[in-house]
Amino acid sequence: MSEFTGIRGTVWFRALTGQASPMSGDPKSVLTSDAPIGKEQARFLCVVPDPHGRFPCARHGEVGLEEAYTLATRVREVIEQCKNTIKRPIVAIVDAKSQAYGRREETAAIFLAAAAAADAYGSARLAGHPVITLVVGQALSGGFLMHGYQANRILAFDDDGVMIHAMHKEAAARVTQRSVAELEKLGKKIVPMSYDIRDYAKLGLLYKLLHVENPEKPSVTDIRNVQNELAGAIADARGGPVDLRNHLESKEALEMRKASLLVRSKLEAHWLEN
Amino acid sequence: MTDKRYGANFIHRQSFIELDARERATALIDAGTSRELLGPFERVESPWLAMQGVTPQEDDGCVVMKGKIAGQAAVVIALEGAFQGGSMGEVSGEKMTAALDLAYADSKKGTPTSAVILLETGGVRLQEANLGLAVIAELLGSILLLRKYAPVICLSAGMVGCFGGMSLAAGLASYVVMTREARLGLNGPEVIEQENGIDEFDSSDHALVWAIDGGEQRFATGLIDALVEDDTPQVVEAIRRFVGEGVPTVHRSSQVTLYRSRIGALDTSRQWDPKELRTLWTAKSATEGKQ
Repeated sequence: MSEFTGIRGTVWFRALTGQASPMSGDPKSVLTSDAPIGKEQARFLCVVPDPHGRFPCARHGEVGLEEAYTLATRVREVIEQCKNTIKRPIVAIVDAKSQAYGRREETAAIFLAAAAAADAYGSARLAGHPVITLVVGQALSGGFLMHGYQANRILAFDDDGVMIHAMHKEAAARVTQRSVAELEKLGKKIVPMSYDIRDYAKLGLLYKLLHVENPEKPSVTDIRNVQNELAGAIADARGGPVDLRNHLESKEALEMRKASLLVRSKLEAHWLEN
Repeated sequence: MTDKRYGANFIHRQSFIELDARERATALIDAGTSRELLGPFERVESPWLAMQGVTPQEDDGCVVMKGKIAGQAAVVIALEGAFQGGSMGEVSGEKMTAALDLAYADSKKGTPTSAVILLETGGVRLQEANLGLAVIAELLGSILLLRKYAPVICLSAGMVGCFGGMSLAAGLASYVVMTREARLGLNGPEVIEQENGIDEFDSSDHALVWAIDGGEQRFATGLIDALVEDDTPQVVEAIRRFVGEGVPTVHRSSQVTLYRSRIGALDTSRQWDPKELRTLWTAKSATEGKQ
């Protein structure tokens, strides 16, 4: 599946914005465009592969140093533009393989670049921008932390080609000293370990799972439906708080994150005791 | 003992690294003011580990202690590197996030409450995979909230270091303190070697690992705010100083123009000697670049 990373990102970026090119001065791996959702202009962002990118370990759709700082720049631009006006929506289209794994990246502090991207998206949300994430393919690990996970609403396609996870299967198997088969078996029993997007939905972190007939070649109807869903998510985000507490308020979370809720209530009680 | 780096006081040093998470948190808080919240006797442990035959721990490897630092309200959240590599699970992550949110609520109400986060962690606990990643995303959101009102100080003392998603927490912090023994990076050397081969990163080359990720390098390149010896009074002094400094004018993770141009100026056709970066990114120029 990983060899197709980026195709869906480009396809959906084009479907929703009518084009697929970077902004002036940006690397080819980051697509940014303003396009209408309902009556307003939303800012769309997507990270795509660039086989000729400057950094050898970030050519296959990984979020690397340049991608992270470009995302941060383009998100901050919108925050700046809307300082005294209505906060425009920001839509992150996600099909990112992961963060970039390289020596140059570590030397030049990709941890800070990653934080800068998360900072920009999170600050946009806290400033009142509806930040909406649309997962059309893979959303893995640090790549997702940089591009997507600070959103106040996350939507994903209900499709086998969609995966949200902390680490790709082969690496997770190696680190936990299990075979990929064992890992898949465990995923059936332990929901947070599953690689299936329908199991991910049980964690209460998704706003919606969207059915799309053909994610690689969306029809006009598919595109219109997704646009409507994005508009719905934007309106919903505007009506809610700007922090991430919605993660714990869904009915799925009440079931799946009992431990989180227990920690919160006990810690708060202890905090207030004196 | 002929090493000039170690003065006569070396043998009198009180190691901070040798302390466990609870002892570290206690050491940072003003004597007589510390109180552990949701301690091990509450037995709120990971619901996911036992299902996989892994023994949980009664504090899930995360110690939350409230008290005062240099006379000001503060909360210290310490990860225990000896339990599951300090990894972030649902419970440990939620303890951290909830503590930051409570500090935020108090700060907003007029009692600025600093947070000190002790990072000894490889990031997500893979046995809790997607919930580990989610709690890290939530934690980052909570750091962004609190750091407007009170400083969030990250300390990585060693020996586990700070890697994975939790390196973003350090990236978002108001101030970062490290020892020479500590390491800070997004991807650990072993992970890079597995993903892109030994030519990209030889994880057995410890000198290279510390040359890139080590506290000395991170300080010399202006990426962190203080480098301290593995000496408890020195660590305590640094934390007290940053609590006193309060919220910085600009956070490092918001200096996008500066760092984007620095990345743009690098010659990516070859690997670099990490020392080159010390000239290009001096601590001084990081201050100059503050917008």
